[in-house]
Amino acid sequence: MSSSSNLITMRKIVQQLRFEAKINRVKVSQAAADLQQFCLENAQQDPLVTGMSSNPFKPPRVCSFL
Amino acid sequence: MACQGLQPNETLATLKMESETLKTKLEEERAKLHDVELHQVAERVEALGQFVMKTRRTLKGHGNKVLCMDWCKDKRRIVSSSQDGKVIVWDAFTTNKEHAVTMPCTWVMACAYAPSGCAVACGGLDNKCSVYPLSLDKNENLAAKKKSVAMHTNYLSACSFTNSDMQILTSSGDGTCALWDVESGQLLQSFHGHSADVLCLDLAPSETGNTFVSGGCDKKANVWDMRSGQCIQSFETHESDINSVRYYPSGDAFASGSDDATCRLYDLRADREVAIYSKESIIFGASSVDFSLSGRLLFGGYNDYTINVWDVLKGTRVSILFGHENRVSTLRVSPDGTAFCSGSWDHTLRIWA
Repeated sequence: MSSSSNLITMRKIVQQLRFEAKINRVKVSQAAADLQQFCLENAQQDPLVTGMSSNPFKPPRVCSFL
Repeated sequence: MACQGLQPNETLATLKMESETLKTKLEEERAKLHDVELHQVAERVEALGQFVMKTRRTLKGHGNKVLCMDWCKDKRRIVSSSQDGKVIVWDAFTTNKEHAVTMPCTWVMACAYAPSGCAVACGGLDNKCSVYPLSLDKNENLAAKKKSVAMHTNYLSACSFTNSDMQILTSSGDGTCALWDVESGQLLQSFHGHSADVLCLDLAPSETGNTFVSGGCDKKANVWDMRSGQCIQSFETHESDINSVRYYPSGDAFASGSDDATCRLYDLRADREVAIYSKESIIFGASSVDFSLSGRLLFGGYNDYTINVWDVLKGTRVSILFGHENRVSTLRVSPDGTAFCSGSWDHTLRIWA
């Protein structure tokens, strides 16, 4: 009985691997370039990267006369 | 996925051989496309400036280890859960507690805010995920309106609402993930494929379609199709449990944090790991990771009480943040990217900006 369940498990594993083997892949150079482009395009809108001072969590800067 | 009848020539031996052949082929296909490293591509990118990130708020009130937290879409409210069974909703601007619920179990390892902001979900050692609608009446007993949604056969490790308040995705120590209808409690889809506890999950950004990624004690990170329940991609390069997974904002990649003291970046289109964020001096596990809005920064909370900030493209560490007095267990960047919140075994949450 356990040998037939091993067989079924193995079949599922092989089916899954066949599925994964078929997917289309791109070169890392292409994928990396796209990741980089996304970062750079959105950098200005990223408050933690630009360190914007109008951050609701940061205390507002106060001007004072000396 | 129905299992078809066995072909007459398929025996355990032939299947084992085919499985080995396919695994080798998979590695070869992935290696063929590995023409360059991410940090090499990013050599020309301007280095990031000096970072000054400080604790801007400290949320005190939990009586024991903080295990999980989530932001509300309104960018100021936070829900957090703790080992002592308490779930608290905070206003992060004022640090006021707005709601508190006591769960019937300890170790509430998962909590999530509903997209509408009108409910929170949580669970842990009770093996369930329950939804509590948040009332405007502070005196109302939230526990009375509790709705049990998910039932697993082991602890709940993570939960997340999908695009609406109507569906919840859960992961469990029972090795599965599951999608539930909140109203009826019905199981809509289950996801089998991990061979040990699933510790974390993250939904793909809505523009990229219906997938999510999960990480587990089997060292694997799996990407799933939510409709069919099929595992579409699997990554196994970590050397220990994967505690946290988070999608890159474009949806084309995801990061992971592991007990092997590294964080890694996996690109979905290249179908491979493309970066490792590690240092010889970092020997404690990473419990929680999240990206800044543009994906340039990766924040990692570690079991050595620190938060390391990584330059995702260049692979270098840009900052190390001290402040917590025990393990950092959970970390999320706010919805508008202005700050991030960390929760710790030191009973507190900190907002950093």
